[in-house]
Amino acid sequence: MSPLLDVRHLRVTFTTDGGPVTAVHDVSFAVQPGEVLAVVGESGSGKSVSLLSVLGLVDRRRTVVEGEATFRGEPILGLSERALRRIRGRDIALISQDPMTALTPVHRIGDQIAEQIRAHERVSRHAARDRTVALLRDVNIPMPERAVDRYPHELSGGMRQRAVIAMALSCNPALLVADEPTTALDTTVQAQVLDMLRRLSAQHGSSVVLITHDMGVVAEMATRVAVMYAGRIVETGTVAELFDDPWHPYTWGLLDSIPPLTGPRPRRLPSIAGMPPPPGRTEPGCPFAPRCRAAMPICRLPPPEQVAGGHRALCVLDAPTRAALRPPRVAA
Amino acid sequence: MSLPSEPVLAPAAEPADAVRPAEGRGPWRTALRRLRRNRSAMVSLAVLLAVAALTLLAPAYAGWLGIDPFRSNLAGTWVIDGQSVPVMEPSTTGLGLGVTPIGPTWDLGGYFLGADNQGRDVAARLLYGGRNSLVIAGSATVLCLILATLVGLVAGYMGGIVDTVLSRILDVLWAFPVYLLAISLSIVLLTSAFTIGPVTITAGSLLLPIGIIGVIYVPYVARPIRAQVLTLRQSEFVLAAIGLGLPTRRILRKDVLPNLLPTIIVFVPILLALAITTESALSYLSIGVQPPDASWGTIIQDGQTLLYSRPWVALAPGLAIVATVLALNVLGDAVRDALDARGHGR
Amino acid sequence: MLATVVARLVQMAFVMFGISVLVFLIFFATPGSDPAARIAGRNASPETVEQIRHDFGFDRPLPVQYVVMMKRLFVTRDLTSFVNRGQKVIPEVLDAIPATLSLVGGAAVLWVLGSLAVGVAAAALRDTAVDRGLMILSLIGISAPVFWLGEVANLLSQSRYHDTWLFSWVPGLGYVPLSESVSGWFKALVIPWITLAVLYIGIYGRVLRANLIEAYSEDYIRTARAKGLSPTRIMLRHALRTSLLPFITMFGLDFGALVGGAALLTEVVFGINGIGRLTFHALQNLDLPVILATVIYASFFVVAANALVDVLYAVIDPRVRA
Repeated sequence: MSPLLDVRHLRVTFTTDGGPVTAVHDVSFAVQPGEVLAVVGESGSGKSVSLLSVLGLVDRRRTVVEGEATFRGEPILGLSERALRRIRGRDIALISQDPMTALTPVHRIGDQIAEQIRAHERVSRHAARDRTVALLRDVNIPMPERAVDRYPHELSGGMRQRAVIAMALSCNPALLVADEPTTALDTTVQAQVLDMLRRLSAQHGSSVVLITHDMGVVAEMATRVAVMYAGRIVETGTVAELFDDPWHPYTWGLLDSIPPLTGPRPRRLPSIAGMPPPPGRTEPGCPFAPRCRAAMPICRLPPPEQVAGGHRALCVLDAPTRAALRPPRVAA
Repeated sequence: MSLPSEPVLAPAAEPADAVRPAEGRGPWRTALRRLRRNRSAMVSLAVLLAVAALTLLAPAYAGWLGIDPFRSNLAGTWVIDGQSVPVMEPSTTGLGLGVTPIGPTWDLGGYFLGADNQGRDVAARLLYGGRNSLVIAGSATVLCLILATLVGLVAGYMGGIVDTVLSRILDVLWAFPVYLLAISLSIVLLTSAFTIGPVTITAGSLLLPIGIIGVIYVPYVARPIRAQVLTLRQSEFVLAAIGLGLPTRRILRKDVLPNLLPTIIVFVPILLALAITTESALSYLSIGVQPPDASWGTIIQDGQTLLYSRPWVALAPGLAIVATVLALNVLGDAVRDALDARGHGR
Repeated sequence: MLATVVARLVQMAFVMFGISVLVFLIFFATPGSDPAARIAGRNASPETVEQIRHDFGFDRPLPVQYVVMMKRLFVTRDLTSFVNRGQKVIPEVLDAIPATLSLVGGAAVLWVLGSLAVGVAAAALRDTAVDRGLMILSLIGISAPVFWLGEVANLLSQSRYHDTWLFSWVPGLGYVPLSESVSGWFKALVIPWITLAVLYIGIYGRVLRANLIEAYSEDYIRTARAKGLSPTRIMLRHALRTSLLPFITMFGLDFGALVGGAALLTEVVFGINGIGRLTFHALQNLDLPVILATVIYASFFVVAANALVDVLYAVIDPRVRA
């Protein structure tokens, strides 16, 4: 099966007042039809930038994007704005992080959704409106016939995010890029929105790239995971591989930060000490080494890639050392 | 399941441009470096310095010419190309009535830009006028900033009824169109000498336009300053200083005022530009600088009757205003950008 | 909604009261001078001054004087000029309105269209030579005094190039009422319109560009781009539409101020007999009653216009409307 989206050796560099800053270093990943790929990492790890630069949604005048990417086998990097426009919204749709700012404040939400449909398909105003109402019903917005004429500020955050999802799904895209779709929402609403996203993406046959910092969401939604740190994918594999046998100490930290499902809640969730390196870092070694509890002198050299099937990690640790350093978590 | 929220992993967001007591020289040095790298700002600064230097040379120039640019010279003559010509040439067209002042000689030795309708040297008057325009603009700017900072500090820091009263007064001044306020003040003050205690200000004094221009722009500056003082009043370092029982005067001087400085600095070029334009407009309406004194605005007014015969009388001061105000505006943009904590290109 | 309107009207009334008190204090209570003599103008006889002192109640307490002033301005409207003997002031002010409205209205059309073009072009071509050129031109437009620009325009169109095809159509200075001749009205005003509009095209173009660039950093513009919309549509329907709100507020304020007499410099340069020129002549003759009337009427007009803009704003912006 050929991948839907295949990104190889992606490198993204921003030009700033203080010189060029590389936000994404040599990142490769693929999205298969029908799968949900989670891209996990702290803020600033380059997870959003990787996806947005593939879609040409970064500021072109200040960004250099290098590498290769194909969508349905056709190259997508370096396409003209005009050619990209036909793909955006129709084949690849984006769900933004913050529903409060993702919709244009001065237009009714129905008009904003219908606008996207009519940008890609020759349908009448009336038909587009009917489809919009149906979409709003699908995302469980109450009274969709009335909601189409509401302005964004008249809806709650959860309702707005539903509208954004409805908009993303409006042209049955092959790929949905969901950039932290629930981060800005209340905890109670998060689960509902995630459920709905999973159900509808399956229904529309869309693959999903889910950008998140939340391993809980990953466990819930994803089939495969790519863990990003300081602009690199440090570990990738299926959800089972990563959760049962994480290789990279950074992934350990991420997993330890999930609150246990049962038993007494710890007073304080463990967290990773220290801060991510500044974006302009140039040292060749493992970027995580300064915070790594298993760091060794050799970590000052570029870390080797370990591979076992689809499971890959950028870390020098071998299996016995890992086992010694991190006793497997006892399943509760 | 429960979903952990971001802070578990991410370090607490560090607001890069958080207000902090302006102790270190860091932000200022950064701003200065940014400003120095801005080529158009440096060109503007050079233009402004050149204009200021030229106007300072006004008395020297007049002395060198050996003339008094404030006395009319209707019967005088001038030598051009070895020929003696009257400064006020009898008209050769129409009915032969009236006189036309001598045109530009383009010779710095005298009547470089020609004469005005009283036979006075326009180039020398342009320098003197520029000196007045700049002195008025500079003094009005200083006056306005002092008044506005005082009002903003008192209203923002004291709060309560003082703030309410001052803010309402600012609201009224704000809503009162600037030129109408200026006209009202000017006309009343010009019709009679004006006495405050022992000081009597006569109608011809430069203090009048300075005072008027300095006052009318106070609300534009005081409102943002008040708003900033309000936020500073709630900031942790001011609350801490209050908690320590430090005297108010010390808190205002050490903690509040230094943080207002960037705002005040940003206003300097903007106010200077506004003041030069306003002064020229008032003088053009004959309610600014009073004859025989000159400013760029009064020279433009002098030139209006000569516009079609001797256009340079009006063109030259206008060009001087455009160059000066343009330089101030460019510099103002650059200063604002340089002090802008948000920075560029993340 | 209704509460907003009422609150705004109360505020408007307060500001009007404040301005009238301020004007009263400036005109009648400046220390060290006799308001009656000032109103009488130059070379007035002692009898006239005495008459004025009585008519305006200057021999009575200040609050009474204030009430007398407001009554003569708004109720009896019998304020007379002493320089132009007995000329009633208020009708004179009202007669001047059409000329001012013609000047400001036409200029407003030009400056709105001009600044939209400048702002949108500069923002769309951000950081290119076109953007930089437009911004420098705008700054020059802002920096040139309007009365001087008017003189330059007159010099070119009335004198130096009047005999060429370019400006031979330009009539002599002055206002032609619309009722007299439509084409005459238009020809007489074209150059004043352009002159007055230059400053505002500069200001508005720069503000619009800044607002658009700010809008372009917003999430909803990324959403619009991610939807696959055309750049034109994103600019006009998403960025421009949201940037227009502050633009409209500014427009209301400036239009109000100009109709209220801020166009006086333009009127003077081009000899248009509007409110501004009336004020100008009163200034030349030190005719205080006329200035008093124009100042009060114009500032009330401006304050009312501002209140109207705020209410309109609430109607236009769905976020405020709720």
